[in-house]
Amino acid sequence: MIAELGHFALIMALGFACLGALGPLIGAAKGNKRLMALGSGAAYAQFTASLISFLCLTYLFYISDFSVRVVAANSHTLKPMMYKIAGVWGNHEGSLMLWVLMLSLFAAAVALRGKRLPDTFRARVLGVQCLLAVGFLLFILFTSNPFDRLIPAALEGNGLNPLLQDPGLVFHPPLLYLGYVGLSIAFSFAVAALLEGDVNPAWARWVRPWTLTAWMFLTAGIALGSWWAYYELGWGGWWFWDPVENASFMPWLVATALLHSAIVVEKRGALKSWTILLAIVAFSFSLLGTFLVRSGVITSVHAFASDPARGIFILAFLAIVVGGSLALYAWRVPRLTLGGLFGLTARESALIVNNVLLSTFAAVVLVGTLYPLMLEAYDGSQISVGPPFFNFATIMLVSPLIIALGFGPLLSWKRGHLSKAAIRLLPIFIVALMVFLGTIWATMGNQILTAFGLMLAAWLMGSVLMELAHRIKLFEHPAKALARLLNLPRAHFGMSLAHLGVGLVLLGVTVSEAWTVEKLELMQAGESTDVAGYTFIFNGVEPIVGPNFTAIRGHFDVIKAGRSVANLAPEDRVYAHPVTNTTEASIHPMWHGDLYAVIGEAAGGKRFSVRLYYKPFVSFLWLGAMLMCVGGLLSLSDRRLRLGAAS
Amino acid sequence: MNRFIPFISFAGLVILFAAMMSSERNPKELKSALIDKPIPAFSLPALIADKPIISDSDLPSDTPYIVNFFASWCVPCRAEHDSLINLKQRGIPIIGVSYKDTPQASLRFLNELGDPYMLSISDERGRTGIDFGVTGVPETFIVDANGIIRYRHWGPVVGEAALAKVFAALEKVEQ
Repeated sequence: MIAELGHFALIMALGFACLGALGPLIGAAKGNKRLMALGSGAAYAQFTASLISFLCLTYLFYISDFSVRVVAANSHTLKPMMYKIAGVWGNHEGSLMLWVLMLSLFAAAVALRGKRLPDTFRARVLGVQCLLAVGFLLFILFTSNPFDRLIPAALEGNGLNPLLQDPGLVFHPPLLYLGYVGLSIAFSFAVAALLEGDVNPAWARWVRPWTLTAWMFLTAGIALGSWWAYYELGWGGWWFWDPVENASFMPWLVATALLHSAIVVEKRGALKSWTILLAIVAFSFSLLGTFLVRSGVITSVHAFASDPARGIFILAFLAIVVGGSLALYAWRVPRLTLGGLFGLTARESALIVNNVLLSTFAAVVLVGTLYPLMLEAYDGSQISVGPPFFNFATIMLVSPLIIALGFGPLLSWKRGHLSKAAIRLLPIFIVALMVFLGTIWATMGNQILTAFGLMLAAWLMGSVLMELAHRIKLFEHPAKALARLLNLPRAHFGMSLAHLGVGLVLLGVTVSEAWTVEKLELMQAGESTDVAGYTFIFNGVEPIVGPNFTAIRGHFDVIKAGRSVANLAPEDRVYAHPVTNTTEASIHPMWHGDLYAVIGEAAGGKRFSVRLYYKPFVSFLWLGAMLMCVGGLLSLSDRRLRLGAAS
Repeated sequence: MNRFIPFISFAGLVILFAAMMSSERNPKELKSALIDKPIPAFSLPALIADKPIISDSDLPSDTPYIVNFFASWCVPCRAEHDSLINLKQRGIPIIGVSYKDTPQASLRFLNELGDPYMLSISDERGRTGIDFGVTGVPETFIVDANGIIRYRHWGPVVGEAALAKVFAALEKVEQ
């Protein structure tokens, strides 16, 4: 019964989405106020219907109703409740339901918060947003209905991939989806602006908070996924340039570029057509990611079991949405008026450098991800593009980005003076150079790249602090500096924090890549080994029984200079449904680095294969991502940037 | 003109995807680097101990044959066993290589399910498997009368689609 109710609600949602798409779009074209007014009601109704449908599916997972195919294929009675619920979005059908729920949530949010937008513009934004929902709802109903019954019903479910039974994975997909789907708002704003034929600074003021919101979720989602890979996969790595990781990274890069170029539109009325293009491309990359994961075109640890009908449907949807909006762009963009001119060394130019580098980066990642496909289509040969390519590209593109980032905030709009900024940054430049030379000296010239990375991190963080110091006139009037600091606009703090976050990530990457100590040993109880000055004493293993797995748990005492530092207890788990082996790394975080232990299978008798690491500064990666999100939040809470605020 | 660039590059991308999806490829299947190359040299103990060591020179000449990697611990191998018996009845010699398996266990497996192999070899340490570029068992290679590998099947030869491919490859080498 509940399954049928959910199915019915989903069909209702499609009906409301059609209404919300056609009414406002036609109304806006014909100047019919009553048709345009349908938008908000349809958006609320569509959200309610999708929510009911989603809750029905959740309930089916909650009660383990194995007469529903998706539940039988992905759940199991023995699974802990949290993972039964998370299992709702741990499969293709359910994750699409989550996608639609968020799409309609954002539409409802625009309806609620966008009351001050001009009528036709708001109608068009809602119309485009509902049109996207129509596509996804058709996709679900025709190719991936989560409410399909299984006749006869299964007695027991298949279980969820144990790798996904983890707290990190409970929150990783929803956050990432909020980010992906949040970018649809920027997309709808861009398409609406093209339909209107006008982009003005007010447009940028409306679109920025939404983009910022989506960007924060995307940042948090990617960081959480990377953290999960770090502790769950047990390889000690945190980023693998996997096609699907890239698929989440590309929209992030473009959204970051969009955040910055929208500032130029808002403050200076320039870069309009470029910003519109970025808004379209950012969401297009989100859709591309969805396509890659579900079409079976690319193999990846993330790929869902694929089905050709689904692939063709998504490809058609992608072609219509992205192709249509890019065609609209080519047709309408000449109507957009050009913005003001500016000098070469103004802040606008620094932001253009930012945009060029970020979008080049996204393009390079795209080419690296798809190059194997192109080559295979061309001559049938199979290759894979690995980390060396991506790492090289990252170093080449991020380095100038960081250097420009040091200057950017110190330059003023319209007519900045590079020399003035350079003089202010001279002390930071000297410090960064000393860091570089110091590292070269300390490593005897063996780690030039590490020295370079540390120099960039010092430059970035130093220049952010220096900019703040100048902003509050710390050097001219130190007495009043604190009061000035407290009076700074929150958006300014937000920017500084986010930039500091980039610096921390850079520091974390550089140090952990350069100075991680890894040890692979066969150990038996009572033996000990040294890793980077820490003595790991192996106290043997014990068998344990979890709710739906059995495991061996190893015990390590870690001692440094005669003092106990940590107890690590890594596990090697065997799940019963489906039969899968997972490793649970045990990690002891310290401010300067992580102790990381993984235990593997017994290798002959009482000896176990053990991997032990000391990973310096690795937490800075996630701390940096967190700072970026906090910076985004602060900026969002700034009165002037409030969602839907009046211009 | 610039304003058309995004649309045109995206159109190219869609064509690429459409081409990749319409071709019948399995992205998980890797092509073997050994196609159209001679069979790698090896020298391994026989599974059935009538001849102590079997090397590549003991393989059939002047006639096509099949090399099949299997193991008693491998469930898909059990599933494909009937297909191998059918192929044997069709008259094509099959060489069985027991991969990373003890000879005793492999023999028990053949005693239980029947022996489709003209020759069976024990690759207990998996060295020859590496030379063949085997990524797992079962894997099946079709070799022509000149000892050149012409086809590689990844996974069990089970089901009509898989059998059709193998038969098509066999007909090609038999011509």
